[in-house]
Amino acid sequence: MLFLELVVQGLIQGSTYAIIAVGLTLVYGLLRVLHVAHAGLFTLGAYLGVLVTNHTGSLGIGVTVAATGAALAGILIYRLVYEPILDRPPYVALIASIGLYMGMEELFRLVFGPFGMSFVTPPLQDVVQVAGIYLRTCQIATVVINLVLLGILAWVAQGTKVGTGWRATVDDPKMAACFGIDPIRVRYLVFGMGSALAAVAGVLVALLSNLVEPTMGAVPSYKSLAIIVLGGLGNVGGTLIASLVLGVVEAFGTIYLGSLLDRDAIAFAFLIIVLMIRPTGLFTSR
Amino acid sequence: MGLYEISLAMNVGIYIILAVGLNLITGYCGQISLGHAAFFGIGAYCAALLAKAGFPLFATLGAGCILAGIVGAVIGLTSLRVREDFLAIVTMGVAFLFVGIVRQQEVLGGEMGISGIPSHGLGQWGFLGLIWGSAIFCVLFAWHVKRSWMGFAFEAVANDEETAKVLGLDVKSYKIAAFAMGTAMAGIAGGLYTYYTRFIIPDTFGFIQSVTILSIVAVGGIGSIAGCVVSAVILVLMPEFFRFINDYKLLLYGVLLFSVMRFAPEGLAGVFRMIFGGKEAKSA
Repeated sequence: MLFLELVVQGLIQGSTYAIIAVGLTLVYGLLRVLHVAHAGLFTLGAYLGVLVTNHTGSLGIGVTVAATGAALAGILIYRLVYEPILDRPPYVALIASIGLYMGMEELFRLVFGPFGMSFVTPPLQDVVQVAGIYLRTCQIATVVINLVLLGILAWVAQGTKVGTGWRATVDDPKMAACFGIDPIRVRYLVFGMGSALAAVAGVLVALLSNLVEPTMGAVPSYKSLAIIVLGGLGNVGGTLIASLVLGVVEAFGTIYLGSLLDRDAIAFAFLIIVLMIRPTGLFTSR
Repeated sequence: MGLYEISLAMNVGIYIILAVGLNLITGYCGQISLGHAAFFGIGAYCAALLAKAGFPLFATLGAGCILAGIVGAVIGLTSLRVREDFLAIVTMGVAFLFVGIVRQQEVLGGEMGISGIPSHGLGQWGFLGLIWGSAIFCVLFAWHVKRSWMGFAFEAVANDEETAKVLGLDVKSYKIAAFAMGTAMAGIAGGLYTYYTRFIIPDTFGFIQSVTILSIVAVGGIGSIAGCVVSAVILVLMPEFFRFINDYKLLLYGVLLFSVMRFAPEGLAGVFRMIFGGKEAKSA
């Protein structure tokens, strides 16, 4: 029973990683930038979600505002920070991104206070029994919402003009432009979408723990970087699987290796071992 | 100089050693490392444990330096397997792994760290001399490396690995050498830090510290020794001179880091070059 429970808990955790990491990998595929500040948008989403939900009493409005706000912020970050330094060596954008994320974390602390924030009446907290395991409805909702969003994303990527534009721009921006695709617009769209996904993940994590704090983005930020590397940078399908695998590995690791390493260390130890065996990630892209 | 100024000067010296070491790896050899603080920590923990076991000052410092250098060489091996963004993430992993391991081990003091480290017995001025002596040694060493055959090889590896290989350079050993030298310097800095505070906790050597060291190098101008020294002085002293900054230190570092990268990616070195003319700013 413990085995099944650990797998389920791992998958729930993994599905929130997935939704953050997929946004991140979309951005990486397009710009080749390790966008650490993505986790800042995750935190921003969580704050907006809790604030708006507490004011309006509707989680739906909260999520919508969070997604929109984060999407706009993400586009702004792309336009103001990344775009001017894209042709620099890769570490320039990486360092800028780390700096941006540290700045955002401190800004949240200054604006919203250091102690965090909670839902006044946390929605979706009923406990139900599924196949002998007790789960809260918000845990089920997390998995369902994440699957739906990833499904929509897969459809957008494969079946619509926007997706074709994204894939074409990833392959060859100049060629894409020749065929009437505007790479700039594709980048705005992808940044908007990725950031909105991060914000939704933020609200879901806030629901799971009923706490939003300035540093809540730290763990997902570094971990989602590890995940997109595991998934083979820029590979959406690989990222999804890597997220779920990491979630489960962590769930088992904290039980069986907890006295040796903490949760983050387990994740990164797993990452390092995998990369030593397969230097381009579990699932080599293209 | 009062006690406070002396201890500030010690702090600056330690960060100069750290920055110069990271600059060897990232600046010269082009291998980005987000785990430099882990080697700082290895040096610090090694020195602390040996000092408590009764070993003399120079033995503990030397052991910390060598151990950090050996572990660094092993991490350097990973840079043969993975590159650029992958390497950045692996070294970031090393930072988390180090803190994760130290936290869970009772022998290493766990969450509470190690306290009661014996004094260095050199007196304030003597110890300041030791720190600055080590810093100057590291700067001269780095300067010498840059001007040697090895420095040219590093530059070739950083600029274009494939071409360096074709030219017959043994890229592997140069990468490992860069990691070993840079991390050995971090080990020295760690040992000195142990005697400086006489109390160490795991969090000091985490990812944020790595970023702080990287920001010193980046603000100074990646690849420039003089830039590293100047920016170590500025970044360590700034929060001290402007007391009100202290609460916003991380915000400041963050904003500084991304605005330098955004507006002056060559750092202070690039700005100096721009103002005083001289050599055309070279692309890293």
